[in-house]
Amino acid sequence: MENRIDYGKMEKRTEGRKKIVSAITYLLLTLWAVVVLFPFYWMVLTSFKSYGAYNSEYIPKFYTLSPTLQNYADAFTAVSLGQYLINTVIFTVITTAAMLIVITLAAFAFARLEFRGKNIVFVLFLSLMMIPNELVIITNFVTITDLNMRNTFQGLILPSITSVFYIYLLKENFEQIPDSLYYAAKVDGTSDLKYLLKVMLPISKPTLITITILKVIECWNSYVWPRLITDDERYYLVSNGIQEIRENGFGRENIPAMMAAVVVISIPLMILFLIFRRKVMAGVARGGTKG
Amino acid sequence: MAGKRSDHRGVKGWLYLLPALLFLGVFMVYPLFDVFVYSFEEGYHSASQTYFGTGWYNYSYVLHDPYFLQAVKNTLLLVAITVPLSTGIALLISLGLHSITPLKNLFQTIYFLPYVTNTLAVGLVFMVLFKKTAYSEGLINLLITWLGGSSVDFIDGPYWAKMFVLCFYTIWVVLPFKILILTSALASVNQEYYNAAKVDGTSRLRTFMRITLPMISPMIFYLIITGFIGAFKAYSDVVALFGVNLNGAGMNTIVGYVYDMLYGDSGGYPSYASAAAILLFVIVLTITCINLLISKKKIHYS
Repeated sequence: MENRIDYGKMEKRTEGRKKIVSAITYLLLTLWAVVVLFPFYWMVLTSFKSYGAYNSEYIPKFYTLSPTLQNYADAFTAVSLGQYLINTVIFTVITTAAMLIVITLAAFAFARLEFRGKNIVFVLFLSLMMIPNELVIITNFVTITDLNMRNTFQGLILPSITSVFYIYLLKENFEQIPDSLYYAAKVDGTSDLKYLLKVMLPISKPTLITITILKVIECWNSYVWPRLITDDERYYLVSNGIQEIRENGFGRENIPAMMAAVVVISIPLMILFLIFRRKVMAGVARGGTKG
Repeated sequence: MAGKRSDHRGVKGWLYLLPALLFLGVFMVYPLFDVFVYSFEEGYHSASQTYFGTGWYNYSYVLHDPYFLQAVKNTLLLVAITVPLSTGIALLISLGLHSITPLKNLFQTIYFLPYVTNTLAVGLVFMVLFKKTAYSEGLINLLITWLGGSSVDFIDGPYWAKMFVLCFYTIWVVLPFKILILTSALASVNQEYYNAAKVDGTSRLRTFMRITLPMISPMIFYLIITGFIGAFKAYSDVVALFGVNLNGAGMNTIVGYVYDMLYGDSGGYPSYASAAAILLFVIVLTITCINLLISKKKIHYS
């Protein structure tokens, strides 16, 4: 009898402790969520404050009662934000498309075709994954300069068309497709290229989408190479554009207009992420780095 | 016949590889050798395209350059602070996420947001939050004064304040990746181990130390290695906070030093840039090897 009461008490006590622990967990998680979200809130809020209102607030206000779209108008008229966006879209689309073609062909060769020296070449490919970008970027800068490709899209795009890691990822995926499909297609007289296009690519669609998303994020945010290779504002991508706006645009103190530009630059990837949330997170878990 | 056939297919394989080989050859393999050549050409300048001799001078120049030493100091501090902190915080957050069910997806989505933001753009927001101007103390300083502290300019002020905001922003940027990796590692731990521990009446802490931690240790270790490599290459988040003139701000990093030597007002010296880049590579390689050696002893691979 006494024993049973004891157990009941113990259970209640642990139940109570569990509730407290869970409450603290939620509190801390919410706290970090606020830390993550606050900069986004602040940039959106500031972008709707008028220039005068912002600068008269010695103590910044957490809300605005007279939101204005003037900053967004300024962002597109006073500086060439529209041009930066168009440039970035062109750069992203062409780079991603060209890369998909190149890596698909290479992955197909490694996964499906037989040729002499294949294993050695593949090992060499893998060892290239360890080469940091900082080591090769110096010569690439000189190469592109010597080819007179500074301030051109070719100069921006060419060095980022291949990725050893994505070739590896796609090859692994291709190899999971059963050989019997290939031999059946061969018997039917299907050519290798047709087999790649009609059978392998549709099966590997999830991996291709993952790679595409990761590459788009990378292109949209790329800063170092574009900065080295462009000094003509007409070829700036958004990262360099925002830096230019910070250093020279609007006059230094027009923070609300800068924030409007920041919002405009951030929105496309946010939308991409919210639409493809699962895909993006699964893709990054498989092949992303940052930090 | 058979021989001819395989020959034909052999050519085909190389043909499919050709575009990739071409791009990698021009933009990765050739530069890899070239960077060593540059680093030994003394007195090379882009404008004249001439050099006087070969030797170790570039390395010695870089190692005696106060800007480089400052950059090394900044980078080492950044690495030493952000790698352990970000991994630890990510582990705590992931454990928290793992223990809850309602709202889990919402939290995960929010925590991932910094990954898809433009580092330069959001860095500007951090600058605004931390900066103290003639017009305004800035939001963070407002909080500090509310809490009874005295305000400080985090962007143009004392070194520790600048280092603080840089570390804070870096952690904010790198956490999404780490949280993502650790939550999926935690989710993949076999539930039977936990059930067995429960039956034995094992305490929470003991369960964590004896089951959870060993099971996810390979992933923690992976994060530490990639964290070291990433933090050593810090650059664009520093530019985002302090502007392009990092030497002037005293906040340059090793990668920033490489680019400053290559391009911009202080640029035109690919030899110095190459020597600095190779030094960086050697540092990162050494630390990664040490990490790997430690892991062999400490990590549980199932």
